[in-house]
Amino acid sequence: MASNVTALDPGPALETENETEELRALEAGLDELQSEASHRRRDWGRVALPLGAVVVVLLVWQIVASLGLKRQDLMPGPLDVAASLGQLWQGGQVQQAIVTSLTRGLLGFAVSIVVGTPLGLLLAQVRPLRRAFGPLISGLQVLPSVAWVPAAIIWFGLTDATVYFVVLMGAIPSIVNGLIAGVDQIPPHYRSVAKVLGASRFELALQVVLPAALPGYVAGLKQGWAFSWRSLMAAEIIAVGGSLGFGLGSLLDQGRTLSDMGIVMGAIIAILAVGILIELLVFGPVERRLLRRRGLLAGATR
Amino acid sequence: MSVLLENLGKRFGDGGPILEGVNASIGAGEFVALLGASGCGKSTLLNIIAGLERPTSGALEVPADGAAFMFQDAALYPWLTARGNIELALKLRGVGKAERRARATELLELVHLGEAADKRPHELSGGMRQRVALARALSQDREVLLMDEPFAALDAITRDLLHEELTRIWRETGRTIIFVTHNVREAVRLGQRVLLLSSRPGRVVSEWDVPVAVKDDAAAAAALTADITARLREEIRRHGK
Repeated sequence: MASNVTALDPGPALETENETEELRALEAGLDELQSEASHRRRDWGRVALPLGAVVVVLLVWQIVASLGLKRQDLMPGPLDVAASLGQLWQGGQVQQAIVTSLTRGLLGFAVSIVVGTPLGLLLAQVRPLRRAFGPLISGLQVLPSVAWVPAAIIWFGLTDATVYFVVLMGAIPSIVNGLIAGVDQIPPHYRSVAKVLGASRFELALQVVLPAALPGYVAGLKQGWAFSWRSLMAAEIIAVGGSLGFGLGSLLDQGRTLSDMGIVMGAIIAILAVGILIELLVFGPVERRLLRRRGLLAGATR
Repeated sequence: MSVLLENLGKRFGDGGPILEGVNASIGAGEFVALLGASGCGKSTLLNIIAGLERPTSGALEVPADGAAFMFQDAALYPWLTARGNIELALKLRGVGKAERRARATELLELVHLGEAADKRPHELSGGMRQRVALARALSQDREVLLMDEPFAALDAITRDLLHEELTRIWRETGRTIIFVTHNVREAVRLGQRVLLLSSRPGRVVSEWDVPVAVKDDAAAAAALTADITARLREEIRRHGK
């Protein structure tokens, strides 16, 4: 088909400075009308409500304990537990246990991130690998990592290696699965845009896929942390002695051996408190910030 | 010639042809509107010109550096600011860091969004997002700009404004623009030339020149719009049973 386009020039230069200015002003007005003002205020409910919930739980616990349904040494109230925690604190045992466990937990978690992230990215991006290893990784997430404790003791004896092995087996599958889920939820046009913009496979993974998958990835990290903390406690309860240090799980086990419910409940509360603190100080703010920056927080109950 | 399509054909697997015998030649700096009903393979044609898909028959000639692309959805990355989105595009092109910043500012000024540079996509209106997407497409610095119904999802006031904006930017930058649309009026308003594609299979069945004199004369533009609409409807009726 022969086209007879003769005049390719864009036409007379009727575009004056004035007209451009007028267009700019018009657009500025429309932009203002169509943009929503976003406002943020300090939200005290975020602090007051969880504190109130804790107070309510403690009150209920104290009341039930005061009813005297069971012997006080079998079912101590919050005041009794606070007293034995205070004793342990003076002896320095709680601090030592928390530091030991937290160090192990954080170190194990850090290693899990370093191992799990490239693994997850690789599985999410390479189809044959995903098909081959996907079910295995999902399966590993279902397998309680405590199941690895006997094997780890046989392999590594009562050393720190046993504890770290169990932590890694708990955390890595969660992180990998979280990242894969995050990648699966990326809108397909993010990839086509990247391709049009000339991204290589590597750039696509690092500059587009990873940031796009961040919400899922952070959810995976959060679960990975929970799993590593749990596995750590389980490992510390089961594997005691040898060159193993004294962690919160060991404290719990000591309470059981001594039949001291004060110590047992105190250790449980310390384990819980660490979990809550990490959520409040690390994952909560990170997640909120992530969602807010993407405009995903409006109307959420967080 | 900037883009030359010769007897281009495309079919997926054993299905019927999507495109068959598409012929067109588009000059450097020309603004061409590609018009067609659903199923005319417009998006496939753009993908082929952009090099995202290969034709199954025929030949095409495009500038060696490929083409920039703008989609119906602005498709900005929500974790980056307006500026960040443009800077990423420049980065993927291999532009140095200092230059990226200056160039992004320049492009945002070009689409009149200098003020909104540090806003994130969810804080921008639909029209502003499309302007950022336009700036990102221009950051590609390619001679040819392919636009796949970029204003279809916008309200009438915004679309009207963006038509003016796009015309101004086209004049300022001298790009070759291939603009796909369902909207006859939009095609007449923007294009120097309107190509009508048939449906199933898609091929160029008709074309009209739209001189500036016609664009500026409301009655003449309306007459041409009616003319093109009649031809488009005739093409659609052919598919009725």
